[in-house]
Amino acid sequence: MLELKQVSRHFGGVRAVDGLDLGVKEGEIFGLIGPNGSGKSTTVNLIAGIFPLTSGTILFDGADLGALPTHRRLQAGIARTFQSIRLFGQLTVWQNLWVAQNSPADRAKRGFYARWLGGQSGVRAEIAQLLEFSGLAHKQEELAANLAFGEQRRLELARALAARPKLLLLDEPAAGMNSEEIAQLRERILSLRQRGVTILLVEHVMELVMGVTDRIAVLNFGQKIAEGTPAEVQASPMVRKAYLGGEAA
Amino acid sequence: MDFYYGLAQLVGVHTLLGLSAYIVLLTGQVSLAQAAFFAIGAYVSAMLTVLAGWHLVPAIGVGALLGAATACGVGFPALRVKGLMLVIATLAFGEGVRIFFFNFDYQIAKGGIKVGPLGGEGFRQIRFFPENGWSTAEVMLFIWMFALLVMLMLWWIDRSRYGAVLRAVGEDDMAAQSVGVNLTAVKVSAMTIGGAIAGIGGGLYAHYTTHIEHSSFNVLVATFAIAYPIVGGLSNVLGTLLAVIFVQGFLVEGLRDLGDWRNLLFGALIVLAMNLRPRGFLDAATLAGIARLFGGRRA
Repeated sequence: MLELKQVSRHFGGVRAVDGLDLGVKEGEIFGLIGPNGSGKSTTVNLIAGIFPLTSGTILFDGADLGALPTHRRLQAGIARTFQSIRLFGQLTVWQNLWVAQNSPADRAKRGFYARWLGGQSGVRAEIAQLLEFSGLAHKQEELAANLAFGEQRRLELARALAARPKLLLLDEPAAGMNSEEIAQLRERILSLRQRGVTILLVEHVMELVMGVTDRIAVLNFGQKIAEGTPAEVQASPMVRKAYLGGEAA
Repeated sequence: MDFYYGLAQLVGVHTLLGLSAYIVLLTGQVSLAQAAFFAIGAYVSAMLTVLAGWHLVPAIGVGALLGAATACGVGFPALRVKGLMLVIATLAFGEGVRIFFFNFDYQIAKGGIKVGPLGGEGFRQIRFFPENGWSTAEVMLFIWMFALLVMLMLWWIDRSRYGAVLRAVGEDDMAAQSVGVNLTAVKVSAMTIGGAIAGIGGGLYAHYTTHIEHSSFNVLVATFAIAYPIVGGLSNVLGTLLAVIFVQGFLVEGLRDLGDWRNLLFGALIVLAMNLRPRGFLDAATLAGIARLFGGRRA
């Protein structure tokens, strides 16, 4: 479904991502891990189209994403969350989801008038579902900036889902969460997979990565050093070396 | 009474000027080019009524269209710059337009006298209202009809999904594009609507003052345009109206008796107002409070 071929992104002399090959299959949960600064977030930003590639190609459903701008990639079916939460703080929870309804299905269903100039009445049911899924129904009129940290993370996930993505890029969704919240997040990720959403999960929290992913790739200094099932990756001497330093055991 | 009508005319026109900046500010763009669109609306519609003998309403329509087209043209390059860079770029554009009108001569003889814009001398004798026998009160009502229509339109936009998208872009444009918002379409359309509103305001301004010149569209006017919505608050179009009344009605006219002290107080009171109401006169919390008040009465 998603294929990265020899993808590189250099910032000046820094090779943030360097000759990366990656393949994510439809319906799987693919983990991307690595030490700080190994290029995980850059990879997500490249797939989402925040920066252009220095070299290489990214294919999505067989089509080259090329220089497609970010909002077109979303319409192609790729949604994302941010490592540092980026909500629209002065909009209500409900409005955060409303502005994110930009999937091709939403475009087709409603005309220009209803999509842009219409009020809030036509879309209540769909947004109510998303609020239900994220456990935020009771907060829908609250400003997003006033939510607690865990709620903000949940809202950001719901906002990405409002675009009905085929592929969801999660950039460290568990950062700063306690173990109860991580367990809930895990349930949500698994239920999304059941609905047929493919997930690329970038994460530091091993408790989450090892529990939900089908396959994992490990990055270090912008290059892939290992790939396989969680068990295989955990056993890899290269991975231990990257995380713990020193000689490979 | 005429003094108050005159003041109301001024407040109406400046409200339009402020609202033209309001919709652009919602998308997070600080534009000092609003005075330029205001100038284009003023010169174009005045030339149409004076030189071509048009009625005022279609002349204002054409002024608004040209203001919108120019703003659309400014909107595209403006996408590439942000924050202070955008302020400087739009300031440069605004000054460019002012200097253009400073050098713009286009006079034709009409009934023995020459009429039309004459460079630094300005454009005199824009006499549509006196020639057609409109009273000051009628002119005031005419101006307020436009001001209210524009306020209603923006009020509606604010409650629509487009309005929510404008605010989303204003808060975080990277997040907005990541949820599928086409930044080009949103920012340029907001700039275009702002240009149309400024064009309408300029057309009304030219005709009620009857005399315009390049200095009527200088940086100070551009600064006022963005100051109104910022002082008034970006939660609601009524904030901009309140700010115009505060600045033009109270600070400029109300304190006129103080002579030179007025200029000193003017700055101090603006600073004080911004300190007391950092999010503007009408912020979200105040509006929520007012809504609760009315909700409570109804219940």
